[in-house]
Amino acid sequence: MPKALPEKTALAPEYPLTTNAIIAPIVGWLIPGAGHIFLKRYVRGILLLISVFAMFFIGLGMNGRIYKPNGGDILDILGFIGDVGAGGLYFLARIMDWGNALAANAAADYGKTFIIVAGLLNFIAAADAHQIALGKKP
Amino acid sequence: MTLTLTHFSAAVVFALFTSIVFGITQKNTAKEQVRYGAYCFAMFVGGVFVAGWLMWLIRR
Repeated sequence: MPKALPEKTALAPEYPLTTNAIIAPIVGWLIPGAGHIFLKRYVRGILLLISVFAMFFIGLGMNGRIYKPNGGDILDILGFIGDVGAGGLYFLARIMDWGNALAANAAADYGKTFIIVAGLLNFIAAADAHQIALGKKP
Repeated sequence: MTLTLTHFSAAVVFALFTSIVFGITQKNTAKEQVRYGAYCFAMFVGGVFVAGWLMWLIRR
């Protein structure tokens, strides 16, 4: 007769969800790189912070627009989701009313893309902080 | 204040910062991260040159 596994072993997750695994991605989303700094990965955190901040502010400097919450065109919705990825930077830009320039030129189009990509990269960084906190990544 | 970047310089700046984030998030050790970041950067900038030459050929 096969021996049944003890119940605790069978149900225990390989990487249990810890408080840090919840806090780190949230902090990392709000302040780019802060999730890694919170987990004591200082060099990675500072590099992520510099990268996301630089992408976001270069985008704004190029007159890129900031998307507002909208329910219209699918590309506008996706643009908003990308922008929100920058977390605190997005909210700061909305509070300060940045990214409202109505410039229809190539540079402004690149700027808009820089801002969206900054947000998407920050989503990846926040997910990475979650993986580190879980212990899946050193 | 408006920041003016050429198409090429914008692509290089984009490649640099994106590669840093890709390197850090996609690999585990510091050595792997540097190598992967450099690889991504080379692919981005190489892609710019390939696309540029393709456009030059199409235009002719």
